Amino acid sequence: MDMQVAKKKLGLKEKYQVMTRDLDWTPTYQKMEDIYPYVQYEGIKIHDWDRWEDPFRLTMDAYWKYQAEKEKKLYAIIDAYAQNNGHLNVTDARYINTVKLFLTGVSPLEYMAHRGFAHVGRAFPGPGPRVACLMQSLDEMRHFQTQVHAISNYNKYYNGFHDFRKWHDRVWYLSVPKSFFDDAITAGPFEFIVAIGFSFEYVLTNLLFVPFVSGAAYNGDMGTMAYGFSAQSDEARHMTLGLEVIKFILEQDPANLPIVQRWIDKWTWRGYRVLTLVAMMMDYMLPKRTMSWKEAWEIYFEENGGALFRDLARYGIRMPKCAETIAFEKDHLSHQAWCTFYNYTAATAFHTWLPNEDEMQWLSAKYPDSFDKYYRPRFDFWREQAAKGNRFYNTTLPMLCQTCQVPLFFTEPGDPTKICYRETDYKGMKYHFCSDHCKEIFEHEPEKYVQAWLPVHQIYQGNCFPEGTDPTAEGFDPLKAVLQWYNIIHGRDNLDFEGSEDQRNFAAWRAQATRNV
Amino acid sequence: MAVAAIGEYSFEPLDLEEKFHGNRLLYVGWEDHLLFCAPFAFPLPPSMPFRDLVEKVLPPAYSYHPDFARIDWAAVQWFKSGQPWQPQWDESLEANGLRHKDVIRFRTPGLTGIAGSCS
Repeated sequence: MDMQVAKKKLGLKEKYQVMTRDLDWTPTYQKMEDIYPYVQYEGIKIHDWDRWEDPFRLTMDAYWKYQAEKEKKLYAIIDAYAQNNGHLNVTDARYINTVKLFLTGVSPLEYMAHRGFAHVGRAFPGPGPRVACLMQSLDEMRHFQTQVHAISNYNKYYNGFHDFRKWHDRVWYLSVPKSFFDDAITAGPFEFIVAIGFSFEYVLTNLLFVPFVSGAAYNGDMGTMAYGFSAQSDEARHMTLGLEVIKFILEQDPANLPIVQRWIDKWTWRGYRVLTLVAMMMDYMLPKRTMSWKEAWEIYFEENGGALFRDLARYGIRMPKCAETIAFEKDHLSHQAWCTFYNYTAATAFHTWLPNEDEMQWLSAKYPDSFDKYYRPRFDFWREQAAKGNRFYNTTLPMLCQTCQVPLFFTEPGDPTKICYRETDYKGMKYHFCSDHCKEIFEHEPEKYVQAWLPVHQIYQGNCFPEGTDPTAEGFDPLKAVLQWYNIIHGRDNLDFEGSEDQRNFAAWRAQATRNV
Repeated sequence: MAVAAIGEYSFEPLDLEEKFHGNRLLYVGWEDHLLFCAPFAFPLPPSMPFRDLVEKVLPPAYSYHPDFARIDWAAVQWFKSGQPWQPQWDESLEANGLRHKDVIRFRTPGLTGIAGSCS
């Protein structure tokens, strides 16, 4: 007769060992370098993968359980928000444009992060980082999905939400976040994980998530706030992974230091350039401001980042070189960015507008050294012109930076009246940049960046019109054809917020919800 | 430096001159007038006289600005890749030495934008 013996339950430590490290084995009939072909060529030397310290001892079964709990809570809030017409409780309809910017500019990056972490998880021979990357890959997929689900509610009521996937691949300003992530996932696994895991997730993520999520909270957007909070505990795990990656790589071999330092320099700058969109969102797009971009930069980068880099000094890592340039730009970045979108809003999938007098006062209080002197006169002039029915729409295409793909609107460090121009020659052709940092990134790997798909150049090459378009036909309107190819509906998705369908609908629906009309 | 890669890594640049249907890219910036947020990119035939650039191409791009009508073109200072440069107005862009993706700027002395703010 068989005796039923109660199975001994594994302790946490044993369970962790069995379900992560013990899943690995040493191959006998295949060579390691054939199974892991991408782990050598970047020059990073790893001698002992077992030295990897898992920052969070999480096993997959526990992972599913935690994530399922978070999802349940999140979807309950999203449903309640949708059923109660929560969108009518936001501060004003201009706010909804920040959600458009997030869905088109950020959410597709979550998906790319999912792909990237799946790839590097496969590429690393160590079981510790492999499991951590697997979890992060799933997190990123979850973030993408929850964002799309939460934001899809807005698509029922407002313009500029209907084709975010295509826009991410095609629209000029979205080439900035797209090229950032394309650059990362086409790098080797070590560069990817330093770029995204450390420079973006650890150093810069607070400047992306906190402004959007607290902006949502301040402006009555419960849906966006809920997915932000749901993602936050994952983000904490991602930050920890990012930091462990850096420490692990640096402890393995002193020869890794210069490579890692170069990646930190490069990716802090690449990430910061993408955050330009956040800067203008904070200072111009949130009807109820949380803090200024400059304040956010000072807290999250200069203070917190400063402490981080002091801590990493024992490995020989120093502050990214670009910090000095960014310090010059912090008084100007958001203003210059918003002016650029004000210029080119005929080709954007969201609306722009002029800050009102209260907002101008806020801007001049937050930016006493720059706003009144350099930017207020510009807005005053535009307001005068708009009042006369002559709203400025710039329809001549701008010059772009070959590396970050942002129009050359940034000014010289130390002189906000002069555009910063940089150029270099490579194999008989000129390449142009917005800054010393973008130029240096190009010069290190020119073969990579000569392939950049620059939206302005692609339009001029004739690659951004609907199939069958004849650009030589009489009366051909290139802007109209480009918008058709983007699937941005002219007069509905683009142009000024004043007079937009979003503005009219929101006012009418809110009136129905709050008054007897 | 070469790209760190697992094999041969060599690709054609995406913006070779021959892809622009007989045009060349020319970038133009107006100093001290940041109302136009960034320099412009124009696809232009190399045979175009420089005069046509100034008299036909620039006005639709810049005339929104009240300073544009006040420009004394004889006094304008030109720069190519940041260096002082003297264009010949009746020569072609080609004869003026402008190659694909060159960048020129012009400064209009006495005109410094809206209320002197370089806007």
